[in-house]
Amino acid sequence: MSERIPILRIGETLLVSVQFDLEDQMVLNLQEDLAQQIVDKSARGVIIDISALEIVDSFVGRMLAAVAAISRVLDARTVVVGMRPAVAITLVELGLSLGGVDTALDLEKGLAKLRQSTDSALR
Amino acid sequence: MAKRDNAVDLVGLLSVEGQDLAATWVREVSGSLKGRVGTAELDRELRELYDALLDALRQGATDVHADQMSEVRALLTELSRNRARQGFSPSETAVSIFALKRVLEPLLQEGSADDVRAYLELGRVLDGLGLFTIESYSQTREEIITAQAEQLLELSTPVVRLWDGVIAVPLVGTLDSARTQVVMEKLLQALVDTGSEQAIIDITGVPAVDTQVAQHLLKTIVAARLMGAECTVSGISPQIAQTIVALGIEFDDIVTKASLADALKLALRRSGVDLVAHEGAQR
Repeated sequence: MSERIPILRIGETLLVSVQFDLEDQMVLNLQEDLAQQIVDKSARGVIIDISALEIVDSFVGRMLAAVAAISRVLDARTVVVGMRPAVAITLVELGLSLGGVDTALDLEKGLAKLRQSTDSALR
Repeated sequence: MAKRDNAVDLVGLLSVEGQDLAATWVREVSGSLKGRVGTAELDRELRELYDALLDALRQGATDVHADQMSEVRALLTELSRNRARQGFSPSETAVSIFALKRVLEPLLQEGSADDVRAYLELGRVLDGLGLFTIESYSQTREEIITAQAEQLLELSTPVVRLWDGVIAVPLVGTLDSARTQVVMEKLLQALVDTGSEQAIIDITGVPAVDTQVAQHLLKTIVAARLMGAECTVSGISPQIAQTIVALGIEFDDIVTKASLADALKLALRRSGVDLVAHEGAQR
């Protein structure tokens, strides 16, 4: 049984903070857990904080895109926050532009972005 | 044995009139350089070279790469290094060597067949020396160019903060992959350090954009977007706009602006800053 990444709830937002380098099985578990949690907690937004990650391979990159797509189907918006410059360069070199994934510089800006979109959705 | 004789002949040819030949040589060379090197300096350089060459020949050297020629080679390297640094052309540098042939020509008129043979032999040695000069000349030039390229790389990539949350990179000069890599890293790091959500890449100073440069720009912009920042490209000149279209480069959903001012205005609006002109303000 491999480790699972905790998913925290703040209001209508789910927060996933990745603190260590990801193994493939953990990534798959996260995807599954997150889909389940979005439905259970009827979340409107998901924030994935990867500021602690130094290495992101193509698998993790694709997983981020997949999570974003899944949550969009479940009517929640995903924001990836805190990507490091080196990670961003690696992903671009790998040809992954994460189309459809929202990004923000840090957690605070990511929360602001989510709030903005729910506000405009209510109007 | 025959080789030995040849060497003696060469020495004989060069030392017929002793110092006189060296003096004619100096005159000939300083004429071709049009006085851009001081006569005293030239005189010293060439006389040293002349003596060294004579020594080498006396010891039986027959081509440039012979052991006996090491002194000559050292002097020549120094000479061509100096010429390269002072901005002389390769032919102006090599002429210093070839002029010696011309100096010897008058001696042949009353010379014997042996003298002519010796002259031809010496001509071959001088040709080798001339080529050696050009080689060390271009080597020096390459060293200078490499050093300058490194300096440029350091100088040319400042990241400036235009406003709270807005940074800009004014790019000047041709972009290549090494430079773009540096720009990319600096820009992304600056985004993190300053917490800026808006970045402007100004290419006013970039003379030409080809597919490769466009590719590099796109990569930088996508990377910035991955980190959560918006990138605008500004300073696209009419010619560059035409080239971009002619090459079929697509900037997709990347915002491009003609001037840095327009890009700044857009960046400010995106970060929620309004600019208001006061009624009574002086223009």
